[in-house]
Amino acid sequence: MNINIKDNFQKWFDINQKKTLLKFLTCGSVDDGKSTLIGRLLHDTKQIYNDQLSSLYIDSKRHGTQGDKIDLALIVDGLQSEREQGITIDVAYRYFSTYKRKFIIADTPGHKQYTRNMVTGASTCDLSILLVDATKGLSEQTYRHSFISTLLGIKYLIVAVNKMDLVDYKEEIFIKIKKNFLLFSKKLPDNINIIFIPISALIGENIVFKKKLMPWYDGYTLLNILETIKIQDHVNSKEIRFPIQYVNRPDSNFRGYSGMLVSGEIKIGQPIKILPSNINSHVSRIVTFDGDLKKATVGQAITIVLKNEIDINRGDFLVNINSSLKPSQEAILDVVWMTNNKLLIGQSYDVKLSCKKVRVYIKEILFKIDINTLIKKQSTSLSLNSIGQIKVVFNEAVFFDSYIDNRMTGSMIFIDILTNITVGAGMVKNNLKEKQIISSTNKNNFESDLHDLISKYFPHWKLSKLCV
Amino acid sequence: MFKNNTTYLRQLESESIYIMREVMADFRNPVMLYSIGKDSSVMLHLAKKSFYPGRVPFPLLHIDTGWKFKEMYMFRDYIANTSKIELIVHLNEKGKLLDLNPFQHGGSKYTDIMKTEGLKEAINKYHFDAAFGGARRDEEQSRSKERIYSFRDSYHQWDPKKQRPELWWNYNGKINKGENIRVFPLSNWTELDIWQYIFLEKIEIVPLYFAAVRPVLERDGLLIMVDDKRINIRSNEVIKNKMIRFRTLGCWPLTSAIESEATNLEDIIKETVTVKTSERTGRAIDYDQKSSMELKKRQGYF
Repeated sequence: MNINIKDNFQKWFDINQKKTLLKFLTCGSVDDGKSTLIGRLLHDTKQIYNDQLSSLYIDSKRHGTQGDKIDLALIVDGLQSEREQGITIDVAYRYFSTYKRKFIIADTPGHKQYTRNMVTGASTCDLSILLVDATKGLSEQTYRHSFISTLLGIKYLIVAVNKMDLVDYKEEIFIKIKKNFLLFSKKLPDNINIIFIPISALIGENIVFKKKLMPWYDGYTLLNILETIKIQDHVNSKEIRFPIQYVNRPDSNFRGYSGMLVSGEIKIGQPIKILPSNINSHVSRIVTFDGDLKKATVGQAITIVLKNEIDINRGDFLVNINSSLKPSQEAILDVVWMTNNKLLIGQSYDVKLSCKKVRVYIKEILFKIDINTLIKKQSTSLSLNSIGQIKVVFNEAVFFDSYIDNRMTGSMIFIDILTNITVGAGMVKNNLKEKQIISSTNKNNFESDLHDLISKYFPHWKLSKLCV
Repeated sequence: MFKNNTTYLRQLESESIYIMREVMADFRNPVMLYSIGKDSSVMLHLAKKSFYPGRVPFPLLHIDTGWKFKEMYMFRDYIANTSKIELIVHLNEKGKLLDLNPFQHGGSKYTDIMKTEGLKEAINKYHFDAAFGGARRDEEQSRSKERIYSFRDSYHQWDPKKQRPELWWNYNGKINKGENIRVFPLSNWTELDIWQYIFLEKIEIVPLYFAAVRPVLERDGLLIMVDDKRINIRSNEVIKNKMIRFRTLGCWPLTSAIESEATNLEDIIKETVTVKTSERTGRAIDYDQKSSMELKKRQGYF
């Protein structure tokens, strides 16, 4: 793997292209050493440039907490107010790579009042590093962050017991924390993977190097784990989900539907169903700037041309012809509330889900979760940083999957109608009251052709879509 | 970022394309800030990919300062002509009348008026509601805190504490009249990613990125290329010819060169992998004062 770029550029380039990517977040309570850990990871993998290092020395003298020594935490706290207060306010993204993998770290804040930023970070990650201070043991934030991580669909947790240097590297302390966490983790979903590692971010033990300060620990270093852990993709890959993001119509000769293939595989000639119109068609071209593709896989940004001209809009879906995806007007959602204005029954918000904006009305608050105990409590409102489950009604029928099946098509953001701020994150638990669709076999080809023609040439008639 | 079965660079590419299309669908009047540098070149290339076979559906906006390198102006006009994309060039007229220049007025004031104010003026003049910028999170500490959709109020101000939570691939583009969103589709790219992508996609860039013998002088530890006669040469300074190139390009008196033998992309990538200093060491304006970039962004810089 370790190819010297100077000796063989092409080989280096090829290997570098094929590196896998791991996105992870670091979480834990304030002062558990998240920033120090990231600083340590970057420093020991030599990702900090000399000029950054020398300004780090200067900053350490001014804002540091390590006396005359360099304070690695300062490398990540980039905002002036963060340095002044010595805390991380907002999520920041860091990039580093080794010979084996590329990494994106979502560095999230530990303060409870910034939980929403932790959720932001977790929404795109596959793994969480949960820092626990060995001198203090598990804290409210440990519970909160492990719960949020799993709620957001993260299946891999690394519990890093930090500050082992302050407890004389004692194994009993590590074991005790491990036992306590395992006891707590029974309340978390059962399909998660948990790895425990004793570290000292300050000294640099078991992060990138192993100085054998804890001979009783025979596991890998943190970097080893990050480089080698195999992340299983839980998305149901057979079902095609292609939300239409943008209709590409440069002239009358071309009509393409652009978007990201969220799940499944699309081939030329593929029979496809369009939702909500419920019309069937075939894929005639998969267009990209670099030439047409024969097939497209998950994560590719493509433009699809269909065999026949059909009226399709942003927010519509292309799915398998035999897909069971149905429109729904009600849903049960897990929700994380992110603003001071409480979520209340009867309120309306705009939501954005899979390239579509609709209005939603809060019908019921099923429960609120006590983060310390994970016990469900009755509540009439959800305040800032609360997590709960709600029942909502959309003002039109929409399409979604449950979040555990698909993080992309099962999630939505709540937008305040007045302030336009993103106020909440919603994850679909269940859909309720599927809207009845008249089966597409009930309509013959002539009807559908006629419908298309009228829609095309007499748009001002505002013909409603067929079969919805 | 999306899961993608192809390579890491293709994942970044798909993500950026997704963002550009989303902006086009969300906003009424977007624009792409075009600063002629390598990131702008990549961003423009991605825009072409996003809307193919259609043309890039928004104009490019160059905030001119009058102090770009000659080769940059040539390259800009060449790109505008060959790619047939509308190019808007905006120069802060007030600044021009004052004959504002980086030598006399200092880099900080000059940047504030010619770049930040110039950008705000142009956005107001043309009523742009979204502006793509080629900033990357690996560039600078306050950039690492930036959202992909970065909300700016009607005074163009960025408030790091009021950033909208940005979840999944779900960008909130709702704004009131007069407000705007700065969009950074290259947020997750690093300097090395940019170079590898330029190499892979054969993207054209300003020749100043390749090493050549050019006239330079050393000032305050930086290598300044002398691009025209406006240089305020000091008595103890000598203009020498040196083999240099640029890692980053801005206004010529404020952007420093590096000594380098890298005359092609392969060598540039090798150099980027082994270099010991960061890209922004070449930007004098980052060092005016502490947290310089953060302050500039708060004031409306992109």
